[in-house]
This record gives sequence, C-alpha cells and structure tokens, in this order.
Amino acid sequence: MLQVNRRPKSLLDVKMHYCPGCGHGIVHRLVAECLDELEVASRAVGVAPVGCSVFADHYFACDMIQGAHGRGPAIATGIKRSKPECIVFSYQGDGDLASIGMAETVHSAARSENITVVFINNSIYGMTGGQMAPTTLIGQPSTTSPKGRDVKVNGYPIRVCELLSQLDGARYLERTSVHTAAHVIKTKKALKKAFQNQIDGKGFSMVEVLSMCPTNLAIAPKDNAKFIAEKMLPVYPLGVYKDADAPAAGGK
Amino acid sequence: MPEIKIDEMRCKGCELCVTACPKQCIGMSDVFSVTGYYPAKFSKPEACTGCALCAQICPDLAIEVYKEEPVKK
Repeated sequence: MLQVNRRPKSLLDVKMHYCPGCGHGIVHRLVAECLDELEVASRAVGVAPVGCSVFADHYFACDMIQGAHGRGPAIATGIKRSKPECIVFSYQGDGDLASIGMAETVHSAARSENITVVFINNSIYGMTGGQMAPTTLIGQPSTTSPKGRDVKVNGYPIRVCELLSQLDGARYLERTSVHTAAHVIKTKKALKKAFQNQIDGKGFSMVEVLSMCPTNLAIAPKDNAKFIAEKMLPVYPLGVYKDADAPAAGGK
Repeated sequence: MPEIKIDEMRCKGCELCVTACPKQCIGMSDVFSVTGYYPAKFSKPEACTGCALCAQICPDLAIEVYKEEPVKK
C-alpha cells in the first residue's frame, strides 16, 4: 500500500497540547510541510509567540525562539538582519499580533523586513481564557464582553490584512482559512508563497489564517467551522490583499 | 481498496474529519480511548476513495491514508 500523507519531517513526532478541534495543529503541519518542500528546514528559525502556540518550539524541528508578547516581528527582524541566510518566520495569534504587537507588526511591514509572518485569527484570546481580542466580531460574547462586543464601548474589529495593504513595504498579504479541507489546501499554497517570497528576498509577507478556538467560543469544533463560514467570512473576506508580483500591485 | 488508519492515542474526537469526508466514511466511536476522548472510527471502509481530505483537516495528524500502488501498464 502507498501512504498518501506523511508527517512532515520538520514537525516532531510528539502529541500536541492543543484543545480538540484547534486550528493551530493544522497550521503547524502546513508550515512544517512548506519548510520541508522548500528544503529550508535546516536554516529555518521560528519565533514562537505568547499565546496557546507558545510551545511551538516543542513541535517544530527547526530552531525556535520564544518571544515576548507581540514582539515576534521585532525578534524576527533581528535574526534576519544578523543572519540573512536564515529563513525566519514569526508565528502569532490575534491577541499577540493585532493587539500588543501592532506596533511591531506595522513597522516591520513598513520597513519591508524580509520575514514571513503567520497570523492565526480565531477572533478571541485563547490561552488567557476567552477575553475579547481586537478581532472579536461585533456582538460576539467573550469573558470580558459577556453581552457581546458593543461598538460604543469596545470599538470595531481590526482587519489586519486590509490595514497592512496600505503600506508599500508589505509585499504579500493573503487571508485564508482552515475551516474546511479545501481551505486548508489553499492555506498551504499561501504559506508556501509567503516562504518563497522570503527565499527570493521580496520582503514582508504575511498570511492571516482564520482558525478555530472551540474551547473559548464554547461551541463544538464542527459548529466553530460553521461559525467561521457564516459569521467570520463576511467580516474577514478571504483573498490576496497584496501581491507585489501581481500586475495590478496594491489592489485586491 | 484505499484505507485510513486513525491513531486513537492522538485523536481528540473533534469530529472535523467526520464533516470533511465527502463519502461519510468516518463516524465516532462510542468507546472511550485511553486518552479519554471518543475517537473517530473508520466506519464505512467500502466507500473510501483515499482522497485524504480527513488527513488535511485533522489538527492532530492522527490519520494516515493508504492507497493501492498504481498498476504500471
């Protein structure tokens, strides 16, 4: 018999600590597959965030550094500038990248640092216990907004891809999702392009992945996939927001 | 016949593979696994096409998909 799928070599053979149905496991595998297929695992350096994926260094078989909350792109900048031959990626969640790390994210993109950022958007803070994140949808309940996010008090959700697409330094921005198998395959393509851009020295590349957090949304994983399809996609439309290679650069 | 192998030690019973399978080949076991979850079960082996969509969506890499070697003509 022929084995169709194989565990990527860049992903260590250990059981992950994530909750059932969490999207991190899927994206970890996709990142590891990209590192394998582009043959850069031996010179890859990852930056693990603060959040549920803080233990990403337990799972990736490449060098990893665990950064302070939100400082992933700043640390990745330092690694890439001191060792330009390394392939550097920062793996971050929405509380990490869009809240406390917004300054680092925006300025890394503005400087067009030649790094790859993997941004997991699950519309809520995961590890800290389901608080409202900058990406929480209007009306979505969380432990700090039990009656739902109220725009008068909490403002509006941040769309990171749209925000960064205004910067000339951001070279590749795409939003994908992992709520169905088809979207997982598309996410892999986007991640591979983001890593290829770095190998080609094109500058700042980011892939935003809409992901599941069934524990903190307090719904079953399959209902979380439905939640993404019905509630998140209208607010966070999928697609390529910037591709410096595309003929009409700067547009959708 | 294509087949899948579900690693019960890794499966956390999230049921994402059940929704991903286009042929409804995967169901849920009604027996607890050692890790304390109801794991996924390969319930309809005859319908499996080996498309590996279940393996694509599995967050815990618990599914291995096997296909027969293509016959060389």
